[in-house]
Amino acid sequence: MSAYVMASAIILDPTGLHARPAVKVSKMAKKYTATVEISGTEEGIWINAKSTNAVMKMKAAHGSNLFVRALGDDAKTAVSNIIELIQRDFKDS
Amino acid sequence: MAELTISGIAASDGIAMGTFYLREEVSSDRLREPGTPAQERQLFAKSLEQAADSLSNLMKRIDAEAAEILEFQYELLNDEDFLQPVYNELDLGQSADVAWAAMMDAEIADYASGTDEYMAARADDMRDLKKRVLGHVSGGSSAAFDAPDVTGLILATSTLTPSEFLELDLSRIAGIAISEGSATSHVSILARARGIPMLVGCGVDLLKLRTGYSAIVDTENSVLLYNPQGDSHSQYHARLEVLNSADQMAKESAHLPAVTKNGEAVKIYANVDDPTILSCIDASHFDGVGLTRTEFLFEGAELPSEEKQFGIYRNIMRWADGRPVTIRTLDAGGDKPISGVTFDGEANPFLGLRGYRLSRMRKDIFNAQLRALARAAVFGPLKVMIPMVTVREEMDEFREMFSSVVHDLKREGIACSLPALGIMVEVPSAALNADTFDAEFFSIGSNDLIQYTTACARDNAILAHLAQADNPAVLKLITMVVDAAKARAKEVSVCGDMASMPTIVPLLLKAGVRSLSVAIAQGPAVKQIVRSWDARSLRGDGNGG
Repeated sequence: MSAYVMASAIILDPTGLHARPAVKVSKMAKKYTATVEISGTEEGIWINAKSTNAVMKMKAAHGSNLFVRALGDDAKTAVSNIIELIQRDFKDS
Repeated sequence: MAELTISGIAASDGIAMGTFYLREEVSSDRLREPGTPAQERQLFAKSLEQAADSLSNLMKRIDAEAAEILEFQYELLNDEDFLQPVYNELDLGQSADVAWAAMMDAEIADYASGTDEYMAARADDMRDLKKRVLGHVSGGSSAAFDAPDVTGLILATSTLTPSEFLELDLSRIAGIAISEGSATSHVSILARARGIPMLVGCGVDLLKLRTGYSAIVDTENSVLLYNPQGDSHSQYHARLEVLNSADQMAKESAHLPAVTKNGEAVKIYANVDDPTILSCIDASHFDGVGLTRTEFLFEGAELPSEEKQFGIYRNIMRWADGRPVTIRTLDAGGDKPISGVTFDGEANPFLGLRGYRLSRMRKDIFNAQLRALARAAVFGPLKVMIPMVTVREEMDEFREMFSSVVHDLKREGIACSLPALGIMVEVPSAALNADTFDAEFFSIGSNDLIQYTTACARDNAILAHLAQADNPAVLKLITMVVDAAKARAKEVSVCGDMASMPTIVPLLLKAGVRSLSVAIAQGPAVKQIVRSWDARSLRGDGNGG
């Protein structure tokens, strides 16, 4: 049985995970076949990172840690690319 | 019909005169007979597709900032988790329009509830999306709102969604009044960016007015004037004419430096009260930021963390793009109480624990702010100043405190540097002894300097006649500060209301001030005042130069 790939990064945007970052995260998550989930804590509650509405409603605040986990073939790439996205403050690479 | 005044909240500044036009709400609750579940599923899927198409067409026509606002809606149309409950209902025999509307109403209520103003403002985007999809389900057009083909309309409506706003032919719209709404909504941001005067929160009375009468949107007084009669009509007409011609000239040269007639460059800095506005402002119109009031950080229920402050300071530095940024440390107390920070029960709060006097006693709060500032200083030329300084020992203490913060950060391996440190000159003793302070720059806080020089509380309107900005004693103190700074080659600027008063700016220039920090909206006008001023005209005018 394969295991979740997991990592975390700190949200730099002063408004937190608002509409624009939520759109960026979910758009990127959708590119992968793996299930991709995010959470504000290491223990969960995990929410589907491919759902823009769910990501937006997390209300993840500025300066808080965002945990990303994925399960599936491209899980590793998915997690590392989303972590990078958070680290560069949701800017286009 | 008599003249009517309706109060609202200014969401986008300006004055607009035109013809009142009430937008009739097209009822979207037309009941359809539901088809079979399979037919409803098909209809719903097709409607989502059409809605996505019309949104993406709209996004192609508009600027990037506006397109990003719509992208949130576009992505929701591809959000399987979000749409699943609707499909479930369709399988149970519900019609597509009822199921969609019910689900969206619940989402709108969810976004609008709660205390988070940012989330509440997104409820507008959800309403927008609800309407757009409903339009397709019921076979109508994309619900595009068509104003009559005349110019100079004052558009009145109960709500206005971001995509409706973007679909408006703005050449026809002079001003907007909305009965609901908030100043932090996406529509307000869009209206500000496009310079359309707009009032929100006008109340339901707005919707009882009839189309065709003349109307004025005036955000200076936060009112809509309906059917203005003789006097008010001609007054506004005159005011508008002056505004328009001055505005036009000022706007055309807003990006150019302010140079006096005799060729002296004057630096025009921006005052920043709330950095969220900066994304709409072109940084090249200013020489930098002359005053950042950090009190906005302390408006929430929680004290801002070092991380949060760092993020915001860094964003201001990035906006300024290499131009100097001046940030004032927390100026709480006096007329700005902050719960959990300031002390209650002072008999004389203006003469009490405020500004730096307070910060040095709240080391926990102050330390986080200084750490965040030191970390932001690596992103460009940062200047940090303390407010409400009375004696030179305070500046020495502050410098020592800041140096030790930088020392700690370096030991922790965190990138940082010591910014240029300066003082606000508000207290007469600091003005009189400006030459004794170990400051790298001086910023004259004119509102407080007037208050403390004339012994008139700022919030007492009865004393306004004694607290005049052109009081010679105030100007004398300002001249002393300018001379003290110049003698040691330090920059001195004036922030506060004096720096943008048309009658006062020439007096400040005469006193030798060559840096002004003004409210962002005042920048172009102040530059014009500077351009019409000539130092050579001072000789022989009897007042000396």
